[in-house]
Amino acid sequence: MPAAGKLPADHAGADADTLARRRRGRNIAMLVVLLAVAALFYAVAMVKLGHPDLGR
Amino acid sequence: MSDIVTAAGGGGETHPLLAQPAVSSAGDWLALLKPRVMTLVVFTGLVGLLVAPGHINPVLGFAAILSIAVGAGAAGAINMWYDRDIDAVMRRTARRPIPAGRIEPGEALGFGITLAAFSVVVMGLATNLLAGAMLAASILFYVFVYTMWLKRRTAQNIVIGGAAGAFPPVIGWLAVTGHFALLPVLMFAIVFIWTPPHFWSLSLWAHGDYARAGVPMLPVVSGARRTRRDIVLYTLLLVPLSLLPWALGLTGPVYGVAAASLGVGFLASVWRVARDRQDSAGVSLTGDAPARAAFKFSILYLFVLFAALAVDRFVG
Repeated sequence: MPAAGKLPADHAGADADTLARRRRGRNIAMLVVLLAVAALFYAVAMVKLGHPDLGR
Repeated sequence: MSDIVTAAGGGGETHPLLAQPAVSSAGDWLALLKPRVMTLVVFTGLVGLLVAPGHINPVLGFAAILSIAVGAGAAGAINMWYDRDIDAVMRRTARRPIPAGRIEPGEALGFGITLAAFSVVVMGLATNLLAGAMLAASILFYVFVYTMWLKRRTAQNIVIGGAAGAFPPVIGWLAVTGHFALLPVLMFAIVFIWTPPHFWSLSLWAHGDYARAGVPMLPVVSGARRTRRDIVLYTLLLVPLSLLPWALGLTGPVYGVAAASLGVGFLASVWRVARDRQDSAGVSLTGDAPARAAFKFSILYLFVLFAALAVDRFVG
C-alpha cells in the first residue's frame, strides 16, 4: 500500500502521461479551432467585399 | 479514472493529486455541446435554408449553419452548467463532464457564453441582423425560459420549452431571405408540436431518473396513463399540421406523400404506446417497449419529413 502523499512510480508515470496526452490533444484542438475561425472570418469578409448584396 | 481511484483505495486515504479535478480532454468540451441534439437542430436549420426562396453564397450559408450549430451547442453547455446538480443524480447524465468532475462548472459557463456570443455575431455578420437576433432569441429562450424557469417547475416544461428547438428552420430561412413567411412558421409549428410526443416517449421509460432528480416530467407528475394519452393527442394534432404546407400549396406532392405516409406510421407507433400492456397504475408490463420504439420513430419521422421538404423544393 502506498504511503499517503505518494503514488506508486508506475501509476504516477501513467497518470502524468495521460495528463500530458490530454493537454496536448486540447492544445491541438484549440489551434485547429482558432485557425478555422480565422479562415471563416476571412472567407466571410471576402464574400461580403466581393458581393455586398449577398446575404442581405 | 477508475484505475487511479483503485490505486488510492484500500488505505482509506486519498492522494492529494486525486482530489484535484481530472484534466479534461477535447472530447469532454465537445460533449458539453450535446452533439446528438445538435444534429437534429443543424439538419432542420439546413432545410430551412435550402427551402427558402432566393440564393445565398455557399460560404455565407456554411457560416449560417455553423452559427446555428455553435449556438445550439452553447445553449447546451449553459444548460449543463445550470443542471449539474440534477445531472449528477440521473443515471443517463451522471457521466457528463461537469458531474463527473472533468470540467469545472464556471469553465463550462464561460465556454457556453463565449460560444453563444460568437455564434450570434457570426450569424449577424455573415447573413443579416434578423437571423442573428432570432438565433440570440432561441439561445436565451432555451437557457432562461426552458432551463431556468420551466424545467423544474411544471410538467408542461417541454411543451413550451420545445419552442427553443423549433427556431432553427426559421433561422435558416431568415439567413437567406431576411424576412418571415408562412412556410417557416409552419416548420416551426411542426417541430414545436412534434417535441412533446418525442420527449414524453423517452420520459415514459426514463421517469425514474426524472423522479430521482425532482424534475416534474409528465409521467412523474401525472402518471404513465395520462402521458400515453397526451402523446396520442399531440400526434393527432401533428399529422394534419404536417400536411398543411402541402394543402396550402407551399410544397409539392413529394412532401405531401411523405407527410401522409410518415403521419400514418407515427400514429400507428403512438397507438401501440397507448395500447401497451400495463398494470392498474398504468405501469408498462413490457418494459415500455412501444414507447422506446415510438421515440426512435419520432426521430426518423422528423428527419425524413424535413428531408422530403428539401427534396420537394428541388424536384417540384
